Amino acid sequence: MNIYVLVKRTFDTEEKIVVSGGKIQEDGAEFIINPYDEYAIEEAIQVRDAHGGEVTVLTMGGEDAEKQLRTALAMGADKAVLINTEDDLDEMDQFTAAQILADYLKDKNPDLILAGNVAIDGGSGQVGPRVADLLDINYVTTITKLEINGTQVNIVRDVEGDSEVLETSLPLLVTAQQGLNEPRYPSLPGIMKAKKKPLDEVELDDLDIDEDDVEAKTETIEIYLPPKKEAGRVLQGDLSNQVQELVQLLRTEAKVV
Amino acid sequence: MNFDLSQEHQMIRKTMKEFADKVVAPGAIERDRTKAFPKEIFKQLADMGMMGLPFSEEYGGAGADTISFAIVTEELSRACASTGITYSAHISLGGAPLNLFGTEEQKHKYLTPICTGETFGAFGLTEPNAGSDAGGTQTRAVEDGDDFVINGSKVYITNASYAKHLAITAITGEVDGKKEISAIIVPTDAEGFTVIDNYEKMGLNASNTTELVLENVRVPKENLLGKRGEGFRQFLVTLDGGRIGIGAMAVGIAQAAFDRALRYSKERKQFGKPLSDFQITQFKLADMAMKIELARTMVYKAAWLKDQGRPFSKEASMCKLYASEIAMQIADQAVQIHGGYGYMKEYEVERYMRDAKLCEIGEGTSEVQRMVIARLIGC
Repeated sequence: MNIYVLVKRTFDTEEKIVVSGGKIQEDGAEFIINPYDEYAIEEAIQVRDAHGGEVTVLTMGGEDAEKQLRTALAMGADKAVLINTEDDLDEMDQFTAAQILADYLKDKNPDLILAGNVAIDGGSGQVGPRVADLLDINYVTTITKLEINGTQVNIVRDVEGDSEVLETSLPLLVTAQQGLNEPRYPSLPGIMKAKKKPLDEVELDDLDIDEDDVEAKTETIEIYLPPKKEAGRVLQGDLSNQVQELVQLLRTEAKVV
Repeated sequence: MNFDLSQEHQMIRKTMKEFADKVVAPGAIERDRTKAFPKEIFKQLADMGMMGLPFSEEYGGAGADTISFAIVTEELSRACASTGITYSAHISLGGAPLNLFGTEEQKHKYLTPICTGETFGAFGLTEPNAGSDAGGTQTRAVEDGDDFVINGSKVYITNASYAKHLAITAITGEVDGKKEISAIIVPTDAEGFTVIDNYEKMGLNASNTTELVLENVRVPKENLLGKRGEGFRQFLVTLDGGRIGIGAMAVGIAQAAFDRALRYSKERKQFGKPLSDFQITQFKLADMAMKIELARTMVYKAAWLKDQGRPFSKEASMCKLYASEIAMQIADQAVQIHGGYGYMKEYEVERYMRDAKLCEIGEGTSEVQRMVIARLIGC
């Protein structure tokens, strides 16, 4: 089975985000594999171990993303591909990412593509489904269970806490939800071998992509941190006074009524 | 000159940091209280291929370097020093002498199960009257036909309850009026071999520390490890590597103490401001951070020298000595910053203080480290 995993390099969940000059500061920050993509990698490895084939992890971005790809290789992926957009693109959005990934994948005949449900940074959850649409294959998002028999695929997906059971067929793209599996720690032999596994780097030119064709369709106007959480207020006095005060505050201070 | 860790080192650190935080740290207080050996954790470490870290793949190891060993030991110790010392002793006292001095056959037979995690590694050196002063060794191995018959006792032996075999030192004869000391591999299930696990320790409660009693234990002569009469020199070489492990362990404890002290001093408010706003606390924390940085750098340097195949005895002693002493100071100050809370087990820092003390004692006391360093600087 020819399996691809779409991986994104994101901020470590423990990082404190600092915004300055309208941009998120990356200096000195720790980066990780997007946690939802880790479920996708783990599932890909399990599917390969059960059905044979090869797992390729695919990401786009700069040179720095090599570290996350090597981690995926250490976990057990077979090959890695970095689409290096560092020199070609300053801005990208979901449209850009999906277009480039789909262009890369279109002649690779993937049987199964896995991605995270969302990236914890942008959080759009769009790239996976968009790629499937561009490749004209089936897709199912937020899956928590995956069973493959031949080309027949049985899936459980999470719908806001409920489960939906569905059947579909390969080729297929799925996005992983928490609960799909427990991602393994890279083993020491895996880490030692990761460097020897193939990691290809391609640029937009190699894919015959003109940067104007993948220009972002959206523009970021402003980036700001959520307001600091203030201490709450406990109203006192008798009940009718409290209600009166509450209504007053909702009108004048919170301005919600 | 390059102070960067390699990509593999960074990956090992990240993996072990996550593992230590998620798997090792949660039960540390409980294990300290109940003295439960962290068996399940080591099963997982074996699955991750960590138990044979520096040894050749031929024997089931992973062929990683000493810096990797220091990283793993530090991260485990940061979460639970009992787990850290168990690991360090497994590799550097249990596996290393077999790897360094064993025959091909001995390595396949005894090192491989250590690498796979089937057995823990241990090393039987210390006796009631002998530790770093090997001259006090009293355990004797007498030749009888094709066998050695061993009598004697060992104290403070790490991991022996969970080891299927271990190397011990014993007097095998006398040369020019001096004791001839050799190392011999002994299966722990041999007749006459008793492992006693009933010490009541100050700290490192979840690690296994035992007393060994050998009464007419018979092992074939082929169990001799390395050269006859070289037991003492071999144990010195083994301890050089072990000291890097204790240094890394001490850095891990110090880091844990510092992390908690920093966090607590930012949360705790007294006299209207967080403790971290008081210069006295700031200076304490600054000193802690500096000492940890220096200790870790020294551990890495000793490990790096070892990996380069260069002499590293002096640096190993220096890193062990310095890291142990600053771990003790930092744990002490971490308790102090926590005040009354720090004296309570729930806040973990008191455990660090009890655990750190061992680092100044095990694998050569601080005094012995100073003797080693003094000798190596030409005194």
